[in-house]
Amino acid sequence: MDDLLQEFLTESYEHLETVDRQVVEFENDPSNSDILRNIFRLVHTIKGTCGFLGLPRLEAVAHSAESLLGKLRDGAEVTPAAVTLTLESIDRIKFILGVLEQTGAEPEGDDRDLIVRLDALSAGLAAPTGPTFEAGEPTPWEPDAPATPEQDAVDRLFNGSEGLEDGLAEPHDEGASAPSNGERSSEDGTGSRLAAQTIRVQVSAIERLMAMVSELVLTRNQLLEIARREGDLSFKLPLQRLSTITAELQDGVMKTRMQPIGHAWNKLPRLIREISAELGKKIDLVMEGAETELDRQVLERIKDPLTHMLRNSADHGIEPPHDRIAAGKPETGRIKLVAGHEGDSIVIRVSDDGRGLDIPRIRRKALEAGIAGAAELDRMSDAQVARFIFHAGLSTASAVTNVSGRGVGMDVVKTNVEAIGGAIDLAWEPGRGSSFTVKIPLTLAIVPALIVAVGEQRYAIPQGVVRELVRARPGGATSIEHVNGASLLRLRERLLPVVSLACLLGVGASALDDGFVVVTQIGRRHFGVMVDGVLQTEEIVVKPMASMLRSIPLFAGNTVLGDGAVVLILDPNGLSRAIGASEHDDGAEASGPDERAGGEKTQTALVFKAGGGALKAVPLTLVTRLEEVDAGLIEHASGRPLIQYRGRLMPIVAAHEALEIRREGVQPLVIVSDGARAMGLAVESIVDIIEGEIDIELSGREPGVLGSAVLGGRAMDIVDLAHYLPQAYPDWLTGQRGSSRPIRDVLLVEQSEFLREMLAPVIQAAGFRPVVCADAIEALAALRTARDLGAVVLDVENAASGGLDLVRQVRSQGARSGLLLIGLASVPHPDIVGRSHEAGLRQLIAKFDRHALIAALGAVHDELREAA
Amino acid sequence: MTPDLARRALPAQSTAPLRGEREYVTLRIGPQLLGLPIEDVREVFAPQGITPVPLAAPAVTGLLNLRGRVVTAICLRSVLGLPPGEASVSERMAIGVEVDGEPFALLVDGIGDVMRLPASTLEPNPIHMDRIWSNYSRGVHRLETSILVILELGSVIGSSSLAA
Repeated sequence: MDDLLQEFLTESYEHLETVDRQVVEFENDPSNSDILRNIFRLVHTIKGTCGFLGLPRLEAVAHSAESLLGKLRDGAEVTPAAVTLTLESIDRIKFILGVLEQTGAEPEGDDRDLIVRLDALSAGLAAPTGPTFEAGEPTPWEPDAPATPEQDAVDRLFNGSEGLEDGLAEPHDEGASAPSNGERSSEDGTGSRLAAQTIRVQVSAIERLMAMVSELVLTRNQLLEIARREGDLSFKLPLQRLSTITAELQDGVMKTRMQPIGHAWNKLPRLIREISAELGKKIDLVMEGAETELDRQVLERIKDPLTHMLRNSADHGIEPPHDRIAAGKPETGRIKLVAGHEGDSIVIRVSDDGRGLDIPRIRRKALEAGIAGAAELDRMSDAQVARFIFHAGLSTASAVTNVSGRGVGMDVVKTNVEAIGGAIDLAWEPGRGSSFTVKIPLTLAIVPALIVAVGEQRYAIPQGVVRELVRARPGGATSIEHVNGASLLRLRERLLPVVSLACLLGVGASALDDGFVVVTQIGRRHFGVMVDGVLQTEEIVVKPMASMLRSIPLFAGNTVLGDGAVVLILDPNGLSRAIGASEHDDGAEASGPDERAGGEKTQTALVFKAGGGALKAVPLTLVTRLEEVDAGLIEHASGRPLIQYRGRLMPIVAAHEALEIRREGVQPLVIVSDGARAMGLAVESIVDIIEGEIDIELSGREPGVLGSAVLGGRAMDIVDLAHYLPQAYPDWLTGQRGSSRPIRDVLLVEQSEFLREMLAPVIQAAGFRPVVCADAIEALAALRTARDLGAVVLDVENAASGGLDLVRQVRSQGARSGLLLIGLASVPHPDIVGRSHEAGLRQLIAKFDRHALIAALGAVHDELREAA
Repeated sequence: MTPDLARRALPAQSTAPLRGEREYVTLRIGPQLLGLPIEDVREVFAPQGITPVPLAAPAVTGLLNLRGRVVTAICLRSVLGLPPGEASVSERMAIGVEVDGEPFALLVDGIGDVMRLPASTLEPNPIHMDRIWSNYSRGVHRLETSILVILELGSVIGSSSLAA
């Protein structure tokens, strides 16, 4: 293709991108004559160059569009029709340019239809008063148009005599439009300083440069390797210099590949405008940080996901205007796109002030789509459920629109983001909006990596995800612990799931207990990867996997090391998925800090030993007393151990199958009581009472264990008392106060998973069927579907689980006026008691006072009896 | 490996084939002679330092560094459904090829002469030829003492036995 034409196409595309955005800005702000001047000038330039290159069709369209813009610039009213028609003209120009690019010639046909409408609209607008230039011959444009004094005069007319910069709406535009403007001005001898400082370079030239720098980095690495081996000091100094220069060169070339992220945003204002029109919504798009620079390779890969995210926000997030007004929000929704640097990553956030995520709907959809079972969904927190929107085949839009709702979208976004080593997270507030945060690396080409060994092979792990290295060996300072076949590393108050890389890769099992643990972090998810050895860190050039190997999720690519060997680069996301860490930790990860705050998890726990090796803990609040009884006093009635305790017979249950209840000496007992009933839990020894946060890490697979947690620096099992109570009293859970009575539901609304687990058995023990909800949305859904609801037990302090608002909402449902409401508070101090009364809450009890809870629930039975 | 099949560079100086003739690089898998059109072949080399790719299909031997390019090494034996040969990787030879811009090395038991054969003697695959083989072959040439099976590179690389 003609060089001139090629140049023209490149330049025109850049102009068009700017025009796209500016036209929408202009519609929003018709008084902004600066923007109009810009649009006008851009269209004008295209027109001028067309004539020069002999492109009559393109020129005719540009000419008519320019006429219209001319009228607008001269003061005619900017109507939506004018904007739409201008956009349509731009589309047509793009179409013609597209064909030009492919075939080198304009397409057949003409644009009468469009031109007629453009001209009609121009003619209908108030006649301009000032000197206009379209009064001249419309076609053919003078062949030497771009540089004619006449045109420059026109330009100056619109620009004033200032430089070019001030006309540009945003600073990042300078890069895009300055060269073209510069060319023009330099031709007429008034070159701006910007023009002298920028040149246009083919992307392929930079790519070649980058490839060569990559090879140079490899060669340098090879030299360093040789120097390391030979120990020849005479190499040392020049090698150091070579190393520094290579690093600087790499840095420099990398910078030339950088582009402002605004380049990927150019089309977005127009996209939003179109979506708004299509969906009948009013949406403002606010963009911040468009100047943030990132590697153009990354930029290319992030373009589509960004568009998807924006569509998603516009379609799912922002409500129709009447809904917004009804919700007391401004009619016009707002989508905010923000980009910025965060260390070695770029963070891009798309947030809206829409309705937030519809969790019950996602639950329902997930169930319908068979993504998760009902029981599984019941157990999941909202944050976990929310992440289903990244699941293929799930769409929450009730109607399929053109925009989204076809079940493709966010899953593709997640896949694309993760494919470039990024992570995506989401947050939302019901009725207030939602936000999606994407974190992506600055560049993909050269990354520092940790080289590890498994057996005879080496693998590279991108350094960015490596938090630390831990040497683990049996009996050493840090060792791997095993819980039911799962390996864990105890690392500063955390239990870290650990997998052996050899097992994951299926290359023979290396000893899992002896080696190095690479502590890896993805998002807020941590896990350990066990390797045989850690060799060195190296800057590696990421080369893509052969297409036939790309389906292996554990590898992100491959690279050539300093010694010439090819090694595989592990994909941290693939590793994380292979470990399955995502399922467990996503909830905790996405729940944000507010759930952890509030101290409700700081508890006092009783720690004891009960055979089986592991320490066990039970919240002290559930324990009535600790006793050490004379084992000789333990009686056995019909094979069950009993003891006379405070004038009654109390059953004794061993806390672990492996634990024998002692026949002589002293038997320590943990006494748990419920009303008139008491049970002694026989333990090996009482160890300690520890105060701390109980953060259950893994759900236990052992009966009688809720999960494990780290307390006071030690891993321990949290005991599930509900497992032992029926062993003492077989009818404990089925309701001991008469049996023919139908079992009623009690709704438990509590955000803390731990408390849910703790209180549900209590409700069950009081003779009800607990229905457990994590938040207000779930609770309201459950209220609607519950059949025979006896009471609602809810946390009044936590806003996320509804708090007193939920009380009011329940109260306002008239039919439920007979429903017993019981509030839970960590400490029922006067302030919260007073506010609860105002909200119409009859009972407020402390969170760990199970006796009070059972007593309060007893009132439901009393009401029943009265009703009968 | 017989001496005459040892590392032999391709005759770069070979005169242009006459009209109606095609040139094939011959290779050996066990006793069987196969041919690849010479225009498909980039180079012939002795493979060194192959990095295995865990979880990949068994026919993917691994990755190797060929002058800075990472090349996927494929065991032709395995693709053709044959058991592993007696030759170790270091004793085998590799044929460098490129498909859709990606470089591959086909590992074979030995490399033979470049043969120039008239297109007219190319016969369709015998109907009783192994199903697997006929998937990868576009015909056979009858030689004086043996049969030369002509491989079709695209279908070898696109083989389902290579999908992970």
